[in-house]
Amino acid sequence: MANNYDAIIVGGGHNGLVNAAYLARAGWKVLVLEQRHVLGGAAVTEEVFPGFKFSVFSYVVSLLRPEIIRDLKLVKHGLTILPLESTITPLPDGDYIYRGADPHETFRNLSRFSTRDAEAYREYGHAMYHMAKAVKYILGIRPPDPTSLHPRELLQLLKLGRHFLSIGEEHLYTLVKLMTMSSADFLEEWFETDPLVATLSASGIIGTFLGPRSPGSAYVLLHHYMGEIDGVFRAWGFARGGTGAISESIANSARAFGAEIRTEARVAKLLTNNGRATGIVLENGDEYRADVVVSSLDPKLTFLKLADPDELPRELVEDILGFDTYGSSGKVNLALDSLPELAALPGGGAHMRGAISISPSVDYIERAYDQAKYGQFSEKPYIDIIFPSMIDPSMAPPGQHVMSCFVQYAPYQLATGDWDGQREAFGDAVVNTLAEYFPSIKERILHRQVLSPWDIERSIGLSGGNIFQGELSLSQLFFLRPAPGWTQYRTPIEGYYQCGSAVHPGGGITGAPGRLAALQILKDGKR
Amino acid sequence: MPIPTAFHSRAAALCQTQEWRDWSGYLSAISYQPSHEFEYYAVRNAAGLIDVSPLYKYEISGPDASRLVDRIITRDVSQCAVGQVLYTPWCDENGKVIDDGTVTRLEAQRFRITAADPSLRWFQDSGFGLDTEVRDVSRELAALAIQGPSSRAVLQACLKEIDLDRLPYYHAAEAKLGEIPLTVTRTGYTGDLGYELWIAAEHAEMVWDRLMEAGAGYGLQPVGLAALDMLRVEAGLLLIDVDYSSVRSAHIESQTSSPYELGLGWAVDLEGADFVGKRALLGEKERGAPRSFVGLRVPWADLERLFGAMDLPPQVAGRASRSALPLYVGRRHVGQATSMLFSPILKEYIALATVDSRYARRGQTLEIEITVEYKRQRANATVSKLPFYNPPWKKAVVGG
Repeated sequence: MANNYDAIIVGGGHNGLVNAAYLARAGWKVLVLEQRHVLGGAAVTEEVFPGFKFSVFSYVVSLLRPEIIRDLKLVKHGLTILPLESTITPLPDGDYIYRGADPHETFRNLSRFSTRDAEAYREYGHAMYHMAKAVKYILGIRPPDPTSLHPRELLQLLKLGRHFLSIGEEHLYTLVKLMTMSSADFLEEWFETDPLVATLSASGIIGTFLGPRSPGSAYVLLHHYMGEIDGVFRAWGFARGGTGAISESIANSARAFGAEIRTEARVAKLLTNNGRATGIVLENGDEYRADVVVSSLDPKLTFLKLADPDELPRELVEDILGFDTYGSSGKVNLALDSLPELAALPGGGAHMRGAISISPSVDYIERAYDQAKYGQFSEKPYIDIIFPSMIDPSMAPPGQHVMSCFVQYAPYQLATGDWDGQREAFGDAVVNTLAEYFPSIKERILHRQVLSPWDIERSIGLSGGNIFQGELSLSQLFFLRPAPGWTQYRTPIEGYYQCGSAVHPGGGITGAPGRLAALQILKDGKR
Repeated sequence: MPIPTAFHSRAAALCQTQEWRDWSGYLSAISYQPSHEFEYYAVRNAAGLIDVSPLYKYEISGPDASRLVDRIITRDVSQCAVGQVLYTPWCDENGKVIDDGTVTRLEAQRFRITAADPSLRWFQDSGFGLDTEVRDVSRELAALAIQGPSSRAVLQACLKEIDLDRLPYYHAAEAKLGEIPLTVTRTGYTGDLGYELWIAAEHAEMVWDRLMEAGAGYGLQPVGLAALDMLRVEAGLLLIDVDYSSVRSAHIESQTSSPYELGLGWAVDLEGADFVGKRALLGEKERGAPRSFVGLRVPWADLERLFGAMDLPPQVAGRASRSALPLYVGRRHVGQATSMLFSPILKEYIALATVDSRYARRGQTLEIEITVEYKRQRANATVSKLPFYNPPWKKAVVGG
């Protein structure tokens, strides 16, 4: 009997943990199985080198749903989000663009390039607030099936239609533009300062295999803006103790609600009987029984590896085979003996506690993308940098620092050779690029960790190394995520559910897929 | 961090309180002296010097300049002679107020506009198809207000070449202070006699020094924002982000206002040239504005009664309050008081308010929320004429 549960959650990433916590909170007997020794999936903190802690993969948080923080009492369970308020874009000519917490200072800084842009920046923020408000509704609902004539689905569609009519004509047009344009085109309607467009448009490409001029990238901009509204203002933040601390707090909450969590427990297969989930079997042969099994893994693993594709409709199998999980980003984590100087603005001022964006022009990023299109990593990549130890000094020994570099592009599939052969060359390209802006960086490096999409796939299981468990493209969103007809957290196998970033509303540390799946499971009830 | 204005070296030396406010990104003294009432009375009784450089300033010039200004503002530029100044709001297409400020016609086709918020983009984009140039002169132009009954005498002592007696209310003149060229406008934000000087930033300190020198015998004092806020409430003058929100920063429809709702119907000219928002305002004029901007007077007896119940004398803030208070008629919420003040010169508790137009008739009694010892109470408030304070010398032309 000890091996019998109401629900088993496969994968101890943040969404799996959120799902488990919500089910346990409802009184269910819940087991979470995580293959690694550490919980969190892509949201982990690891002491990779002694004394230096890294948010190894995902490194900032903005989208964690406020209702999850409240429902799961995450603050009580250790969650503290420290502010991350500024972005500086150093430029090759030694100048820089700084946007910080003081709107007037930001205004003055942007005015150095264009007063029109400084003014537009405020209005842009205002417009995006309205956009995020319009789309927020969608993030909180289960996507309806537009092909179904079931009254429940029709009602949901009707509500959705009413919602869109209620946001006002002007905002609706902006929304349509966001859904269809490239981030650079969209932003160039607002701004004339190229490095500003480049830096803002970078939010439209993070984690996707799109360039700033690729149609559809504007939506991703909005996805990143979503955290800006909603009670949790100062949305971009850094979790004290790194991103893993978020996962830890959710795990603590789940345990407090009675969930059991096991690490180093690699699930081999879903067990079924007559098209119903009955449990899982671990790679070591141990079996656990439950009528509800929830996979927080990506769709390829959920449908093609854990489940037996023979038990699934052929159409779904084909959709999942075609589901785009192509990874495009890498990560370089550096341990430094001291803080490097940013040539454009030396010293350890407030700008070093915010994001530093290597995005000097739209062409620069688009060229970086060009190389990736043909299977090479970008020799001059877009890099989003933070110094976690500047925000939370406990991340590194006193006076020493950790530097987190999110890098694009690093295509999963290389045209020549493979990532095992090119990993260090990629790391060198990143460090060489950094050295153009931080002249002393090379002498400061004590340790370096380079992660390619392969490494992301191998270490935490994300297929293709895609950080969103699947491209955030319009063809893979809302009622198409991950596949038409299977968006409502259910699968064709009764009692088998999905709750990862590959289901609506998608990636980022939102917890929303985990929560919405739990609500659906609870509604369906125990069997 | 806010940065210094062109007058900062002088203001900083005189600012005993070290109380500064961030005004559009600039350091502005809130109060120079421990008691801001001295500054307030300097303006009502002698003269005060106020650094208003943080205002945004634009120059519009070119063959089509007057057409562009006509397109932007709600007033009719053809009614504005060279050397005249207009106070005006400007609106978006829906007739909702974006901002308000003054327009000075420096030449037939050259205007200077002041604004509370950055406006370059709006002004430039409004000029589509017109041959004009819009320049942001906010930083190059320092601005200094000299206000109060003695302001004319002090200023006249410095400006030898022009006769200020002949400069009517809301008019401008080019002048020289020694060798320093400047524009003087008979405008201000105090409801008193007063002038504003528009000076190249590099000459700012010298102008300040000369005025302070000349004003010594007249009781001229530097005046901070705390006093200015009191003066403008008595004068019934609106403050953006306090008494109304720009349509640009409004999050919901009810946070926007038309000029009619702000008591600025007099500044909307529907007969003259087309301007942005005109069509919407034609409709609103016909229907009547749903809300009105009014003055309120709270009877002292009411305050005595409410505070007396707690065995306290009435307690009123010495400064203007910007925390809005709800207004009621019976159980109905009918609006809000947005700026409140115990007026030192009128000895009355007064407020600027936005109310449902049905309750905006002069003499109408409303109720205003007053908190006495942490308890919410209601006092009567009577709708009154604006401005509360309007001395005859404000507009008077001496020897004119």
